[in-house]
Amino acid sequence: MIKIIRNFAQRIFSGIFRKKGEIKLGFYGSPNAGKTSLANKICQDWLGEDLGAVSNMPHETRKIQVKEKVVIEKNGKKIAFKLIDTPGIATKVDFEDFMKFGLSKKEAQTRAKEATQGIIESIKWLDDVDAVIVLIDSTLNPYSQVNITIIGNLVARNIPVLIVANKIDLKKSDIKKVQGAFQEYNVVGVSAKSGENMEEFYEELFRLVKKKR
Amino acid sequence: MIKKKKVNKRKGNNLTIHFMPYSEISKEDTIGRIKKIMGIILDNKIIILQGKLRPEEEVRLIENSMTLIGNIAGFQGIEIAGISGDNENRGLFDNIRRNIARILIGEQDAITIIGPASVVKEITRDPKKIELMLQKK
Repeated sequence: MIKIIRNFAQRIFSGIFRKKGEIKLGFYGSPNAGKTSLANKICQDWLGEDLGAVSNMPHETRKIQVKEKVVIEKNGKKIAFKLIDTPGIATKVDFEDFMKFGLSKKEAQTRAKEATQGIIESIKWLDDVDAVIVLIDSTLNPYSQVNITIIGNLVARNIPVLIVANKIDLKKSDIKKVQGAFQEYNVVGVSAKSGENMEEFYEELFRLVKKKR
Repeated sequence: MIKKKKVNKRKGNNLTIHFMPYSEISKEDTIGRIKKIMGIILDNKIIILQGKLRPEEEVRLIENSMTLIGNIAGFQGIEIAGISGDNENRGLFDNIRRNIARILIGEQDAITIIGPASVVKEITRDPKKIELMLQKK
């Protein structure tokens, strides 16, 4: 009986604090989908500073990067977010791929090791986010198993998910293909680099977190 | 000092495909399924699995693969892709029947291909077809 009362009280109190606290918003996706670019764009829009470095070389982000107290305002409403930029999830990491970008064998091996650890860290954080933005490179085939696995895991954990088709400024971008692949989800197209369609993104983001609050 | 294990190399141009009926993993728990799959992958074989893994099992499989990269010589990870009738437009009755079947006998109307990245270069999936590209020897 005491246990039931304690659990009930815990749930009530955690509910109150969650409403007042920050929403932990995770950025997930394959390497080079533009997770850090979008997180940077949001941080620039609301804080005037970047969150992390970006590069054309895959696995640039190899550690979780967090930016707290990012307050976004939309239609007179303010929501505070804790942005969690995660390393890109891949099913394979070959150090020789990094050597194509000019790294020495030793540097490439170190980067590969860090990349694998980053992927493990990203997976662990799936249990500690309130809502997730899944970034998909709209110039590539969206039916990649990594995208399907990430989204499947979020649904299984009952975590609200917004799919963002990035790089819509590029000629090869095909947002309809992304929408076709994930018909049951909200898909918003943006260019994190040029800032195209960010207003619609923020609207969808507010709609997403409403499900959690 | 830890002695590094090695992935068995492919002999000549031989390529082994291991067909795994769903019954082979249906009674295993997540750890058992991953152990079984990884054992075959480390033998440099491609698995064609009848059915599909649960999302949490797929993510554990990726996690497990990442732990092995760098610790097992020649192992670069895995390639995985699945295809199922999920996207087909069915009527309500068909969907209910399908969901009941899933609960009773598991997800058998799907196929999953899993291969070591040192053998399988890429698996591309379009809604209804899977293309498997092998690494050049």
